[in-house]
Amino acid sequence: MVEWIVALLIAGGGFFILIAALGVVLLPDLYMRMHAITKASSLALVLFLLAVIIRYPQPGPVLLSLILLLFTVATAPIAAHVIARVACMMKVPMAKGSVMDEATDDGLFDDISGTGSAEN
Amino acid sequence: MNESSIIGYAVIFATICLSLAMIVVLYRMHKGPSLPDRIVVLDLVASVAVGFVLMMTLSYGKTVYLNVAVTVAVIVFMGNIAFAKYLKNKLKDG
Repeated sequence: MVEWIVALLIAGGGFFILIAALGVVLLPDLYMRMHAITKASSLALVLFLLAVIIRYPQPGPVLLSLILLLFTVATAPIAAHVIARVACMMKVPMAKGSVMDEATDDGLFDDISGTGSAEN
Repeated sequence: MNESSIIGYAVIFATICLSLAMIVVLYRMHKGPSLPDRIVVLDLVASVAVGFVLMMTLSYGKTVYLNVAVTVAVIVFMGNIAFAKYLKNKLKDG
């Protein structure tokens, strides 16, 4: 019974990381790709780590897995936020059909991105 | 592999998924039009690498590999923040 749960968690993690990779290739826009990457990949890692925790219920591996789990859940949004902010400052273009860009409309980054030349 | 067979099959399936994901993601990293694109994709590369290490843990039955996973996760997070800082400073200095 426990083995089936572990196998299901592992297979689910592989499936979700494949979803993240497909999103990276198919979505048209940096911000959409970031949406695909951050959520799906951290969900996949959480599933893998739950499988490890259930498979090896000794204190050492459980502690390490919990540390890694908390670290993943805490830092994936921070990293995505920081990079999205920089991309917004660099005026990385949005996809064609986008309707709204609140940060640029409100002039949130005018003092920074008005001076430099964002060639990338 | 001294696991019971159903976990072994699941690990093989997940490893195939991770390999496909790594190929696809490296293609995007090669193609990605802007620098923030590549940094974001680097994040996913790190996630796939941590997934590989966890699959090694599950299939070899050695939990020391969890240390490797923690180290990779920490270093890549630092790298992301450093890249973002670098881009911001470059933007500010013109």
